[in-house]
Amino acid sequence: MSNQPILEVKNLNAGVEGKKILKGINLTINPGEVHAVMGPNGSGKSTLAAVLAGREGYEVTDGQVLYCGKDLLDMDPEERAREGLFLAFQYPVEIPGVNSTYFLKAALNEVRKHRGLPELDAIEFLNLVKDKMKLLELKEDLLRRSVNEGFSGGEKKRNEIFQMAVLEPKLSVLDETDSGLDIDALKIVSQGVNRLRSKDNAQLVITHYQRLLNYIVPDFVHVLFDGRILRTGDKTLALELEERGYDWIIKPEAAAR
Amino acid sequence: MSTATETIEGFVKKEYKYGFVTDVETESAPPGLNEDIIRLISGKKNEPQFMLDWRLKSFRHWLTMKEPAWPHLKYPPIDFQDAVYYSAPKKHGSGPKSLDEVDPKLLETYEKLGIPLKERERLAGVAVDAVFDSVSVGTTFKEKLAEKGIIFCAFSEAVQNHPELVMKYLGSVVPYTDNFYAALNSAVFSDGSFCYIPKGVRCPMELSTYFRINAANTGQFERTLIVADEGASVSYLEGCTAPMRDEHQLHAAVVELIALDNAQIKYSTVQNWYPGDAEGKGGIYNFVTKRAICKGKNSRVSWTQVETGSAITWKYPSCILLGDNSVGEFYSVAVTNNYQQADTGTKMVHIGRNTRSTIVSKGISAGHGQNSYRGLVKMQKTATNARNFSQCDSLLLGNKCGAHTFPYIEVKNSTARIEHEASTSKIGEDQIFYCNQRGLSTQDAVNMIVNGFCKEVFRELPMEFAVEAQKLLGVSLEGSVG
Repeated sequence: MSNQPILEVKNLNAGVEGKKILKGINLTINPGEVHAVMGPNGSGKSTLAAVLAGREGYEVTDGQVLYCGKDLLDMDPEERAREGLFLAFQYPVEIPGVNSTYFLKAALNEVRKHRGLPELDAIEFLNLVKDKMKLLELKEDLLRRSVNEGFSGGEKKRNEIFQMAVLEPKLSVLDETDSGLDIDALKIVSQGVNRLRSKDNAQLVITHYQRLLNYIVPDFVHVLFDGRILRTGDKTLALELEERGYDWIIKPEAAAR
Repeated sequence: MSTATETIEGFVKKEYKYGFVTDVETESAPPGLNEDIIRLISGKKNEPQFMLDWRLKSFRHWLTMKEPAWPHLKYPPIDFQDAVYYSAPKKHGSGPKSLDEVDPKLLETYEKLGIPLKERERLAGVAVDAVFDSVSVGTTFKEKLAEKGIIFCAFSEAVQNHPELVMKYLGSVVPYTDNFYAALNSAVFSDGSFCYIPKGVRCPMELSTYFRINAANTGQFERTLIVADEGASVSYLEGCTAPMRDEHQLHAAVVELIALDNAQIKYSTVQNWYPGDAEGKGGIYNFVTKRAICKGKNSRVSWTQVETGSAITWKYPSCILLGDNSVGEFYSVAVTNNYQQADTGTKMVHIGRNTRSTIVSKGISAGHGQNSYRGLVKMQKTATNARNFSQCDSLLLGNKCGAHTFPYIEVKNSTARIEHEASTSKIGEDQIFYCNQRGLSTQDAVNMIVNGFCKEVFRELPMEFAVEAQKLLGVSLEGSVG
């Protein structure tokens, strides 16, 4: 079981409103691995995250995605979530009037029900949550507020990772979690993510900048451009990109076409 | 896999589970409205002369009036000569003396609605007056309440047994001249509930009236009158349902509340009249006048309403704050789905010193629903140090519905303070997807967001009804998810 990849993306083609964005993505993520996907604006990074999470409006035209051996594309978004796929949103959504604690407890209990675990009552839940809050240095009053409402940019991102810590997903997709974070917040968020790493789960980190990868050190770095993975390397590839930009990878490719 | 847009639209297809018809023999007046019909209604009820005189005065006044044109509502003209103004389940012999003699079919109807009237299965802690079409079919816990001196009975009974109270208070808050529908109601009202809480008595249980329209093509006109004498307090709940029919049906009720010195009345409504089908066919036209007077000092009246039914709702439960230090409150959730339209809100008229009022209105629109808040806050010259706080929030589901706010403010005293807050928000596909991504189904997500939106109002409902209201809201916005 542990040898089975968590995610296998095979020749994934997808787009929005007839416009092709992903043009044949191949990607395999095994348990215990951290993968980074980098690329310039418009290369398809966020589309990849959206398709994996099942966001409406994205159309898969070809290819296959297996999640722990199951057909991911056949599942509703909530089913994917309950199966342990977590998306840390680039722009976390505000839900006025819905208490954060209530929201997260409902979410956790859905996931637990799906896994055949008993639902947690309010006290058990609060104990669990208090530990996880410390991990992300979040203030407890945040739990009494409405989901993401009136949160600062940094608080929203930390709240995403906090939710991830509570839900304990098998595959976490972090969509530009570093954008809009100052260096202190970046450290806290990265620390949180790193603590959640285990040999049984995996992380897919989507980012624009190498900066985040100083803190969340990837096993693999993929360069995404025009809907295709042009190059895959280890963490040194990210450093090279930082130094030389994307052109040295993109230009020869463009010339070859 | 369904898209979030489709599912939001899917909520339009709600099911109405109270749409059945009870097959009882009825006794009805011929359609149309004239003085003979009014004499017939009054005669059927064996009313004293003062009632007939009042009805006829009301009718003659009504003839001079026009339907209000100012509400933000669209509907074809109503032919008032086409409706039936009196319909009652046929009585055998001299009519039921007690609930044991009530037609079993009627008892069955209320049981189906979750309101058992029979002694053994009655709702604990709630006394119910059940009104079926034009008449009250029975009132529970009457004797128990009588021990405390509380009068809780059908309006027609009060006219017979307590004419002095009826004469004193009927029309004292909503005069028959007040508006078109109030005048119509005053002329033809057939029954309703009457309640009197004597001095210093706290009513030991919730009182409630359950209104059921059954007969086709019949208007329902009931009248509720509640008097809380000095230092008395009562919590009152009203519920309503009707069968699913293709034609529109008219419902024009009047509710009058009177609170004397230090008295408190809490009036809660869960309105679930048949709203019409997904194409806007059928449904109840609900034109209701509800008004309270805080007559005595330190008195308090609180209106809480959850409005999910009716094709058209036109209703402004109001408070006249006459007594010094009196308090008026209005908490409302109004849902319009499919082709429902609501023009609802409140009026707070501050006359006494240090009077206070609070308005919290939550409008939810889905499908092609149109939801308007209309509210008046009036500070008279005498209302020294009066205060009002108003909050009007609208929530939109989908992009074919509408929310409108019409606040009116009149201030004639410079020491008065008024605050008004308003907001409009939309349940977005982003919010639904965010919830989905955390493992919540779309239905649960919408319920969670809607309930979060309404919680300030639900908090004001009596406990068991708050649960009921939440469920009702779930049903109202339920659809074919997935």
